Amino acid sequence: MMNIHAHTPNIELTARARRVAAVAASHADSVDRDGRFPAEAVEAMRTERLMGVQIPTAFGGEGASTAEIAEICSILGQACSASAMVFAMHQIKVSSLVTHGGDDAWHQGFMARVAGEQLLLGSATTEGGIGGNMRNSICAIEVDGDTCRLEKNATVISYGDQADAILITSRSHADAAASDQVLTVFLKDQYTLEKTHVWDALGMRGTCSDGYVFKGEAPAVQILPRPFAEIAAQSMLAHAHILWSAVWYGIAADAFAKAQAFVRAAARKSPDMTPPGALRVAEASSLLQGVKASIVAALEMYEAARENEDKLSSMSFSVAMNNLKIASSQTILTIINHCMLICGILAYKNGTPFSLGRHLRDAHSAQLMISNDRILGNTSNMLLIHKQDTSLLG
Amino acid sequence: MSAVEAIRSIVAKHGKLPVDVATLQDDADLYAAGLSSFASVQLMLAIEEHFDIEFPEDRLNRKTFSSIKAIAEVVTELSEDQQAA
Ligand SMILES: Cc1cc2nc3c(=O)[nH]c(=O)nc-3n(C[C@H](O)[C@H](O)[C@H](O)COP(=O)(O)OP(=O)(O)OC[C@H]3O[C@@H](n4cnc5c(N)ncnc54)[C@H](O)[C@@H]3O)c2cc1C
Repeated sequence: MMNIHAHTPNIELTARARRVAAVAASHADSVDRDGRFPAEAVEAMRTERLMGVQIPTAFGGEGASTAEIAEICSILGQACSASAMVFAMHQIKVSSLVTHGGDDAWHQGFMARVAGEQLLLGSATTEGGIGGNMRNSICAIEVDGDTCRLEKNATVISYGDQADAILITSRSHADAAASDQVLTVFLKDQYTLEKTHVWDALGMRGTCSDGYVFKGEAPAVQILPRPFAEIAAQSMLAHAHILWSAVWYGIAADAFAKAQAFVRAAARKSPDMTPPGALRVAEASSLLQGVKASIVAALEMYEAARENEDKLSSMSFSVAMNNLKIASSQTILTIINHCMLICGILAYKNGTPFSLGRHLRDAHSAQLMISNDRILGNTSNMLLIHKQDTSLLG
Repeated sequence: MSAVEAIRSIVAKHGKLPVDVATLQDDADLYAAGLSSFASVQLMLAIEEHFDIEFPEDRLNRKTFSSIKAIAEVVTELSEDQQAA
């Protein structure tokens, strides 16, 4: 018999995402104001069984493509940035399991659990003393027979309190170099989190990205079988930059929709006079199209490279994915700022149909989520040797 | 000086490894030894200069720089190709 889930059409997945988005939108202001976890939206994601969509059908998921996941991120981003970012970060972790854990019995079983029980996965790459340089660790995992132990000063773990499991980076053993890292899955009952910072931030308040001292002990088979360097290059880089950008696009697209509605309402009132904001809407439309096109191009590039390890670890691929992140994180701020100018005081004030304060604050996280300066530093180094492809279609 | 020896001395100078390069086998994993992606670019630049070659796009990946032996193989191949050209 045909497995209907294997062929779940896009439209069906989009409809499920829209139902979640409706829930997320109705709580977005309270999530932001109170800096609380978007529990209702995440519950709705579970009801719609979105947590496991990316997992292959063989392990109980739906084998959704990166493009389909990105579309969900964008739909949620238009409703509640924090909910969308929680979903995106979870899916970035799932992508590492799917790409690198597929041959390994424990990780296969874990993927089946993620899909079956709709588990929420958190991420702990950032470390005190290292910052966003996630390709280095200070902490080291200790493997003792069949058991592994890890303690990490994890200064930012989004929804650490609510996650059902955390994927965490460390050096591969006590004597390993800082860049010789592994990624390990720890289940909620295998670790303790001692809170060191409470996330009271400018934006993305609902991600609850608190700081913790993480202490875990688990069977050593839960360490992903591939070096983290490969995981970072082959699944994390592309998924993080594409899915984050999709969330950011969603935030900007929602701001744009408000600004356009504002100008259209003014135009309907005085059809003979072009409203003053109309030109800015046109400008923002062009910028928004640029962000959308960059994401779509990156998705195509990733699909073309994903079965080819050499392509995925090539400089041209890294440069392209870095460029996507830089461009989308910067451009959304310009777009939302335009929208604020278009709607004026009604955008600046909270609680109006045109309020954009939350959008603007949330969007400011994009440049820091792995600092753009750090990313530009890496790209500039690669461009000393990598010659950018100047062809249009190549 | 053989290509391998020249590469060893370039790795020692530009690889910024936390270990002594002399202790590494030719086929030892340089990334496991602490080669960062940042330092690998410096290494590439120094190798291009020393051997007067240019790494084509399809060689600018982790595999090319995974060990001294792997670098030597690519350098030998490129030296032959780029001299013939
Ligand atoms: C909403 C949100 C959610 C997050 N969730 C998580 C999570 O779940 N798990 C997790 O592990 N992390 C998470 N992070 C952390 C994030 O991804 C970054 O790692 C972290 O914000 C970087 O912290 P930093 O700015 O202090 O560090 P750094 O990257 O060290 O940067 C500090 C400053 O120094 C400068 N700088 C440092 N190094 C360089 C360099 N080499 N070149 C140029 N400039 C440099 C930069 O300008 C930067 O402003 C989250 C962040 C945000 C905003």
